[in-house]
Amino acid sequence: MSEDRQLEFSVNGKQVATAAPPSMRLSELLRERLNLRATKVGCNAGDCGACTVLLDGRPACACLVPAGQLAGRSVETADGLSGPDGPLTRLQASFLAHGAAQCGICTPGMLMAAVALLRDNPAPDWAETEEALGGVLCRCTGYTKIIEAVMAAGAPVQDQKMPQAGAAVGAALERLDGRPKVDGTEQFGADGWPDGALLVRAVRAPYFHAGFEFGDLPDWQARHPFIEAIVTADDIKGVNAFGVIPPFADQPALAEKTARFRGEAVALLVGEAEPLAMLDLQDFPISWHEQPVMLTPQEAQQPAAPMLHGGRADNLLVTGRVKHGDLETGFAAAAQKASLTMSTSYVEHAPIEPEAGAAWLEDGVLVIKACTQAPVMDQEDTAKILGLELDKVRIIPAATGGGFGTKLDVSLQPLLGLAVLKTGKPCRMVYTRQESMTSTTKRHPASMTATLAADGQGKLTAMEFEGSFNTGAYASWGPTVATRVPIHASGPYRVPHYLAEAHAVHTNGPVAGAFRGFGVPQATIIQEMLMDRLAEACRMDRLDFRRQNALRDGEKTVCGQQLEAAGIAECLEALAPHWQAAAKSVEAFNASQPDKKRGIGVASCWYGCGNTALPNPSTIRLGITADGHLRLHQGATDIGQGSNTVITQICADALGMPVSLFELIGPDTALTPDCGKTSASRQTVITGKAAELAGRQLRADILRLGNMDASAEISLAEGKLVIKDGQTSRQIDLSAMPENEFGYVLMAEESFDPPTGALDADGQGVPYAVFGYGAQMAEIEVDLRLGTVRVVHIHAAHDLGRVINPMLATGQIEGGIAQGLGLALMEEFIPGRTENLHDYLIPSSGDMPQITTHLVEKPDPIGPMGAKGLGEHVLIPTAPAILNAIRHACGAEITQLPALPHRVLAAIKKAEKGAAA
Amino acid sequence: MTYLQPENLEDALSWMASNQPLVMAGCTDIYPLHSSPALAGPLLDITRIAELRGLEKQSGWRRIGAATSWGDILAADLPASYEALKQAAREIGSVQIQTSATIGGNLCTASPAADSVPCLLTLDAEVELARAGQRRRMPLAEFLTGPRQTALASDELLVAIWISEAAEQGHSAFVKLGARRYLVISIAMVAARLAVEKGQIAAAAIAVGSCAPVAVRLAQLEAALLGQPLAEAARIVAANKAAITASLAPIDDVRASADYRLEAAAEMVARAVVQAGQEASHE
Repeated sequence: MSEDRQLEFSVNGKQVATAAPPSMRLSELLRERLNLRATKVGCNAGDCGACTVLLDGRPACACLVPAGQLAGRSVETADGLSGPDGPLTRLQASFLAHGAAQCGICTPGMLMAAVALLRDNPAPDWAETEEALGGVLCRCTGYTKIIEAVMAAGAPVQDQKMPQAGAAVGAALERLDGRPKVDGTEQFGADGWPDGALLVRAVRAPYFHAGFEFGDLPDWQARHPFIEAIVTADDIKGVNAFGVIPPFADQPALAEKTARFRGEAVALLVGEAEPLAMLDLQDFPISWHEQPVMLTPQEAQQPAAPMLHGGRADNLLVTGRVKHGDLETGFAAAAQKASLTMSTSYVEHAPIEPEAGAAWLEDGVLVIKACTQAPVMDQEDTAKILGLELDKVRIIPAATGGGFGTKLDVSLQPLLGLAVLKTGKPCRMVYTRQESMTSTTKRHPASMTATLAADGQGKLTAMEFEGSFNTGAYASWGPTVATRVPIHASGPYRVPHYLAEAHAVHTNGPVAGAFRGFGVPQATIIQEMLMDRLAEACRMDRLDFRRQNALRDGEKTVCGQQLEAAGIAECLEALAPHWQAAAKSVEAFNASQPDKKRGIGVASCWYGCGNTALPNPSTIRLGITADGHLRLHQGATDIGQGSNTVITQICADALGMPVSLFELIGPDTALTPDCGKTSASRQTVITGKAAELAGRQLRADILRLGNMDASAEISLAEGKLVIKDGQTSRQIDLSAMPENEFGYVLMAEESFDPPTGALDADGQGVPYAVFGYGAQMAEIEVDLRLGTVRVVHIHAAHDLGRVINPMLATGQIEGGIAQGLGLALMEEFIPGRTENLHDYLIPSSGDMPQITTHLVEKPDPIGPMGAKGLGEHVLIPTAPAILNAIRHACGAEITQLPALPHRVLAAIKKAEKGAAA
Repeated sequence: MTYLQPENLEDALSWMASNQPLVMAGCTDIYPLHSSPALAGPLLDITRIAELRGLEKQSGWRRIGAATSWGDILAADLPASYEALKQAAREIGSVQIQTSATIGGNLCTASPAADSVPCLLTLDAEVELARAGQRRRMPLAEFLTGPRQTALASDELLVAIWISEAAEQGHSAFVKLGARRYLVISIAMVAARLAVEKGQIAAAAIAVGSCAPVAVRLAQLEAALLGQPLAEAARIVAANKAAITASLAPIDDVRASADYRLEAAAEMVARAVVQAGQEASHE
């Protein structure tokens, strides 16, 4: 590193004189030297814009500006907008009021880009705003609410009126945890560490499959005195095999002798932060011996292919299967059949926050504060690897800058633990973008073949599906994908005769795990593309064909489960007027345009909420202290989706007190009961139900205490509990009541585990207690000469059972559509080639269509107050709706995703040839 | 490690000769190659050298300092023939990148996908290179020798880009193709500059990027267009499709196939020519 030089410049209006190496990135200078950490680092390459600051008033990526260029200049960061205590600026308040911050990691960068825009143009239109924000990537929101917030920032925001007792559910409440996300004080994994924390860096495999041996580690360490410890698998005292599904746990925290995928960690370097961060690891003493590489299931299932894991013959991890009725009978009854074979790519979650966290020892307990979606699973896996008792590991989730499934598996938690145990000192670790992209999980690439059949009246008679899912080097969530896919591959349709198999196959590719939908989005693409072909063969309107076959209440799924509250027909119904109108407008457009064609497509989704036929309880604790505080111990990790707010809303109405009285505790494995993982669209349904039960229980206890009727109103005032019913009013002095072991004078703790039933060998049973439903229609425009596709408009109808918070719900829908659009049109992770955010593309602000949401409410008998899950449903129909619209526009049959321009153009030409022949 | 930030070009050049430092300006292509918080040296930051920054006119030429940022170029008052360059500038990374990134950096990185190169080729740009006690000028087309390769000697600095008044005639257009709207590396891009007099094409300069190791001027098509009625331009481009694709040598990469690039480039040439022609005929 170049030597420190004295630098003078202004930061947020204050003159700063500091010493720093002139080649240090401004982002590093701000965060490490000046302790201004509102500026986030997402890629260190100018690809994501998260670190946007204003340099002499103009937006710049702080990661690309050398400190040496700052002399005499002005730097503005999000730390300087309102500060932690000041009144919010109109822009910040508008972000909160519009739900523009979900996880919040891109928010500081978005805010600064918007500040620059609004200074030049106080009333920007949509296009101007979209362009000004084009350099900041957001993975949560789909940009719509951000653009709306910026456009509305000229007008003052009314202070939010908190709903009265009993009126929380259904209110478009601002996120309760929103303020730190817009004032720059939110503590993500990279934003906080104890004084003196050492830095941890991983040495990773540069090959897809290679044996390795270390050289003289003590000698190398002696030549780098700032390194306090080198950690290898030999330091692991517990079981060096983690995994989200314990019977399949197979992934070492640090590889032993052989690395099975590129990016696998083999050693840790722990030392003084600055010199270690600067160290070039080229001369780290390790020798590699490359071994045969299998990157696709086809390669991995060759007879001569080496076995990656003992006991998994043919590299087959698991096969999931559902059989219902009799295929032959179904096909014999068919008048029309359609078949397809297609494949999808690895898809990277690309949360804008790379994995980060810190760990330390506190009274003999290892405390890990890191990004996560599953604190209790982190605790269990980390304790197992380190050989510690469960109560010696405490997980405090840091604010998590996007997850989408990838932060369910442990990443750096055990690595931080190993470093702390070996050095006895606090440690911190931040993944580089490349480390994050190579070493964490992906969406499974799928190769699928399916046949769908219908009778002369257009009723589905049979479906056969077979899919091979590349699960990569370790098990992760491969078994879940293999199980979920056959259950859902029928779509929410009546399919009397059905056989579906999904195989999870090991390769030397990146570990494929959970990504919003667990394989169901891939399977839905082929199913919904077949629906279009069959509708055409039956000469039926494509939407009507789906309505006719939609599962209705009382009918049975392909698992033989009888559905109640099936909302798919209602969702399709909600789209119908827009479908008919768009069909006309598209026809008119196409009549006048020789080189561009528009098309419309529709697709449905259904998705079971919670674990598949396995227990997954959540427990909520709710207590009132002697001095009148109402505390909700909420262990569901809010990664931006909104569970802190939604679960509080449910609990508030169940209890009958206003949301404004609630104080949120947790998540923290030392303070909150287990609410399970934030996955499988389960938090609103399962934790929400536990919160409803806890609220009702506490209410019942209070009413009993006051000997009042169920209709009584309860509230807290000045340390007293007030119960009113008509003219009768009672006050209960809380300070006179005895405290329990948790420090509460009144407390309820309730669990909910959704009632499911085991599946038999044919997958028959009750896999889920609650399903959610949705349907989306896409209107797109294809450039026939270039093969480019622009998504013009998406209508999204989703059955939420009961809408708890419409603003957060539409935010989930818009964000899911963005990811579905990326899956359809641009996202293709190629191991070893697209390990950054300029070769791997996720949608930018300019790629989003107009989105119209239609919230459908068909109450679920089990879900809290009728609610169903939504988080994953929202992206499932997007890609097939877009692909069906492409085919409608120009006949192009896309069978390999993503539909990049060259694939679309090739498909257009093929279709033209077919039409001419 | 040394980090030098001279205000004087001669100081920079003498240090170039003795230390062969890494030259830094906008740094938008430098930091992405590293994951470290700072860079190892020796480093030469040229952003304080006044003569390397800004645009000016000098005896029949327009001079753009090599360390002029894209933001400054966008803010500059330039003739209509620079419209393609401005459109390209808006597509270079993002607004954030345009604040920092410089025109000289784009040329010295010499990526086949550099958005500015086709535009500068259609302006017949020349580059001025300097080493201690010596200056030389050469056409941009000679400066760019291959993918990420230039004629720059190890002790030499790119100091300016020169464009003659003669090359500033007419109007220009830029057509970019990428798999997303913003912040995207081009699959292909085309710049076209046309001057039109009385409905006839009086000057034509067309270049294609991302479809060969270095961006390519389409001399044969230009010759075919010269002197022809503007209304015939689209037909002439179509008739010259074989010549266009013969000039290109694209590769397959993660963004697109080579065959697709050939096909798309021909279409984009037609669009850029028509667009530039429309602008030119509005005069």
